[in-house]
Amino acid sequence: MLLRLEQRPEVSKSMVYASPLIAVVLTILTAMVMFALLGVDPVKAIATFFIEPISTLDGLAELCVKATPLILIGVGLALGFQANVWNIGAEGQLIIGALAGGGLALAFYDHSSIFLVPAMLVSGVIGGMAWAAIPAWLKTRYNTNEILTSLMLTYVGLLVLSYLVHGPWKDPEGQNFPESRLFHESALLPILIDETRLNVGWLLALLVVVAGWLLISRHIIGFQIKVIGMAPMAARFAGFKEKRLIWLTLLISGGCAGLAGVIELSGAIGQIVPSISPGYGFTAIIVAFLGRLHPVGVFFAGLLMALTYLGGDSAQITMNMPNAVIGVFQGMLLFFLLASDVLIRYRVRIGPHKVQAEVAE
Amino acid sequence: MSVDWLIPAILTIVTAATPLVFAAVGETVVEKAGVLNLGVEGMMIMGAIAAFATAVSTGSGFLAVIAGAGAGLLLALIFGVLTVYFQSNQVATGLALTIFGLGLSALIGHSYVGKTFEGLAKLDIPGLSDIPVIGPLIFGHDGLVYFSVISVIIVAWFLNRTRAGLLVRAVGENHDAAHSIGYSVTLVRMGAILFGGAMAGVGGAYLSVAYTPLWVENMTAGRGWIALALVVFASWKPWRGFLGAYLFGGITIIQLYAQGMGVEVSAQFLSMLPYLATILVLVVISRDSAKARVNAPACLGKNFHVSV
Amino acid sequence: MAETPRLELIGITKAYPGVVANNNVSLKVMPGEIHALLGENGAGKSTLVKFIYGVQKADTGRMLWEGEEVRPANPNAARKLGIGMVFQHFSLFDAMTVEENISLGISPELTKGDLAGRIREVSAQYGLPLDPDRYVHTLSVGERQRIEVVRCLLQDPQLLIMDEPTSVLTPQEVEELFKTLRRLSEEGVSILYISHKLEEIKALCHTATIMRMGEVVVECIPENETARSMAEMMMGENLVSPERAERHTDGQVKLELSNLNVVSAHQHGTELKNINLQLRAGEVLGVAGIAGNGQRELMEVLTGEVLLDEPASIRIDRVSAGRMDPIARRGAGVGLIPEERLGHGAVPEMSLWENAFLSGATRMGLQKNGFIQVAASNAFAEKVVDEFRVKTTGVSHAANSLSGGNLQKFIVGREIMQNPGVIVALQPTWGVDAGSAAAIRQALIDLASRGAAVLAVSQDLEELFEISDRIAVICEGRMSEARPVENVTVEEIGLLMAGIGLEGEPADAA
Repeated sequence: MLLRLEQRPEVSKSMVYASPLIAVVLTILTAMVMFALLGVDPVKAIATFFIEPISTLDGLAELCVKATPLILIGVGLALGFQANVWNIGAEGQLIIGALAGGGLALAFYDHSSIFLVPAMLVSGVIGGMAWAAIPAWLKTRYNTNEILTSLMLTYVGLLVLSYLVHGPWKDPEGQNFPESRLFHESALLPILIDETRLNVGWLLALLVVVAGWLLISRHIIGFQIKVIGMAPMAARFAGFKEKRLIWLTLLISGGCAGLAGVIELSGAIGQIVPSISPGYGFTAIIVAFLGRLHPVGVFFAGLLMALTYLGGDSAQITMNMPNAVIGVFQGMLLFFLLASDVLIRYRVRIGPHKVQAEVAE
Repeated sequence: MSVDWLIPAILTIVTAATPLVFAAVGETVVEKAGVLNLGVEGMMIMGAIAAFATAVSTGSGFLAVIAGAGAGLLLALIFGVLTVYFQSNQVATGLALTIFGLGLSALIGHSYVGKTFEGLAKLDIPGLSDIPVIGPLIFGHDGLVYFSVISVIIVAWFLNRTRAGLLVRAVGENHDAAHSIGYSVTLVRMGAILFGGAMAGVGGAYLSVAYTPLWVENMTAGRGWIALALVVFASWKPWRGFLGAYLFGGITIIQLYAQGMGVEVSAQFLSMLPYLATILVLVVISRDSAKARVNAPACLGKNFHVSV
Repeated sequence: MAETPRLELIGITKAYPGVVANNNVSLKVMPGEIHALLGENGAGKSTLVKFIYGVQKADTGRMLWEGEEVRPANPNAARKLGIGMVFQHFSLFDAMTVEENISLGISPELTKGDLAGRIREVSAQYGLPLDPDRYVHTLSVGERQRIEVVRCLLQDPQLLIMDEPTSVLTPQEVEELFKTLRRLSEEGVSILYISHKLEEIKALCHTATIMRMGEVVVECIPENETARSMAEMMMGENLVSPERAERHTDGQVKLELSNLNVVSAHQHGTELKNINLQLRAGEVLGVAGIAGNGQRELMEVLTGEVLLDEPASIRIDRVSAGRMDPIARRGAGVGLIPEERLGHGAVPEMSLWENAFLSGATRMGLQKNGFIQVAASNAFAEKVVDEFRVKTTGVSHAANSLSGGNLQKFIVGREIMQNPGVIVALQPTWGVDAGSAAAIRQALIDLASRGAAVLAVSQDLEELFEISDRIAVICEGRMSEARPVENVTVEEIGLLMAGIGLEGEPADAA
């Protein structure tokens, strides 16, 4: 073979950051080729996708609204993934969190109280945590694979939502649409900029980024998470409790997802509808990887991914392109990222092996 | 309760189980070779849309199934290149495969929503297929049902009775040893991954051309993940995977028949059954960790790289 | 007599990134000759034989087989030529039977017919009893090696390569193996015998090629050399044996194991049975034994990775410690050196200072309110690097960028610098170059001289005799009484390692 992978003596720190950029560039290039093949002007398509949506203040605000759940969930997942805890059921935790918060809003739909929003947020976090606690309990108690259980629970969560909006929580005055009542004013998150949907949730997302960053880079718990992910035996040697970390990472990621759900509901939607999230819980997996499993990286990756949602919408409106193209973009981006990540540990050499002049010590 | 009710029920079990059989048996071989491909859902859905598109445009069920297998195989090829040659994390790559497959299938399927196909032809042997009870149960299925049973037999024989199967197991058991006695871990794994992809693709094809011959976005509805759970449930044994798939088929029909029998439960709760059952099954099979590990390939999920 | 060499290598060179593993290596092996390839860890022996066996390719150089140039592309091609190899880390599949293992490692045409019968035949012929239907995970280390040997013999090899075959055997098993090898040599089979054990080479080999840092230093006749002279050629320097200062080994009991019974947490693990031991301040107690006889389980209960039901089975400074987790044990003054450097004693991808924090967090006060004190951790790591002469360009480098010897020095140093009252070390110098090994042994002895109690578990008898005050043997989870090193011989230890003479029923010769 002409191309060979050669292990680097140490991981390349610059490639850790360069790899996502390479992946983004490759994705855009591939997308342009794809558009050209579909007979669409590639430059115009890219502009529609990535520039048009954020050329207005409203667009920028909308970007932050879409990025909020992605960043929130992404930070939580990143912590778990670093510990090799693969919670891929964030979508379900988001839904249950949203239902826990939304249920409160419905229960007090004719009351006005400044405590309602905080109570909804707390209840959303608890809801998400509760849903994530199931895989945590099953994994620590019965050794059950959390990937499969958390995913199965997502399907269950979607059905719970469907049951509630079709049944008990359906708006009694809503002409039989599967939707809840509209939330009362005091159940809605305060808006930050008038005439936009940008709300307090964005600030909470920023707060979570900072907290996550402190935890992972300076706190002993973050250290334990990293050690258990990289070398579980070394974690046992150091006396770190594996089960505790499984619980912790699942509860954190579940809580973040639940928070994202309730923010989406009371900040962006304002009532309970059959489809609360366009797959934020799954996209956040890509966000976490693209952000190098680091809270600050997740912040930027969340903005980028939010842009693909906006771009997908604008491409649908102006170019009549199906919305599903978003998923293709996102999947492709993750592929390219995983492929470029090989450069972190290996260098690519061309041609046959060359003898090096260095001598072993 | 009469037999009139029973036969269609059993036929429903068969059709619900068959896609799971394909996907689970394929994944069994992949995992036996030490590779964990979590992209089964993505490969199935791509198989489903490829098969449906082919069926609609050519009218041929046979070509449709081939197209489904091909689509699954192509997706598996991406997975194989990334994990085997580029050393990417198998869990992450499998997830990427699923996200990508769901997106791409929706994109392609956009123009196929609402189209129809008459479905795969059922076997019809004059005389045999007309025998009451036995006729429809044994001689009345479409070709893929028989093929699924045959594939289980072949895979079980391959893994346990052939030298090549022994090699697949050896690579999954200890890839360093397999390498040092002179086998190409890379080739064996790529072969297994591609086979698994093709089988998942056929499973998806079954959904869109036989089970419900039409295209619906996300129509696999988690079956790829259930197939993954079945592999664990079956302790990596093809025959147990087959039985597991039929068990799940059985749960599916409870869903369909419970309402017909006047049970007062919301449709949503009945639809939860397969997912809850999957969790239950995983708990039962994993709760004794030592026992659960006995049959698991020792190198499952670990990448192999040698500097030459 | 102008006999053609069976194998001749001319100018083999092989480089890895940053390391030249073989530099212009030439060597000749005659028919029927037992030829030693001698060198330290990292001298390039394994790379060379992997080339001969077709596992790896060389950058330059030629290989002649019976006078003709060959270049085996893979092990199958090498086997076709008549080359067999027994690996140091066995290339076996635990979940498969002996027969399946052998079948995978020989040419396909040899697997036809009654393979099991032929396995029994060959194993009986050479005194290597094996049951083809047994699963590998049920076998002892010695039996596993037999699988590899029989697998080679079935191919009728002309050259048998043995990579460090005796590191896992009892002295008695070594004798048995040598008998088989001598017999093969008489039948005309050439043997390339890789080792760093000098006495063995003197006892067995006709000629020896000595390698150092990837190059051939000299070829010699072991019979005409002393172990010391060969050691000097191998290391290129005069090695000093560790100095034993005047020691007081009658201090108070620091670590006590009483009626320790542990069921292994591992699949195919060994159960510890009724172990009793007293370790006193100021002494080094060596525990000999073949790998897989309970060392791992013993280490786990000593580190606290596995907790006991009965807290009083382990006492540290007279305090029951059976239910203390590793953090609590470190707090109580226990230093721990596991066998596996990468992934157990250290996190490979993490920097040295993070690895210093890994075990030093509590005892060295490297954390405050749950937050990592980065500066203090760096300072601690730098102190370890200085004190133990760890070769690295800085403590921000990852652990896996260090050579095995340097990383081991860092790990040992990290534990010793925490000033433990008791230190437990499993295979402290396994796979480490001689210079680092000597430094590590000296450090353990010095620690004992300062009044700490040292428990060293090792397979290397030479090492144990060098550093220990008392020696005990672990076999099949039982431990013999510890005896002063002056009062035991290598042979007695060897018998104990084989399970003969231990209390309870004698084990099948392992």
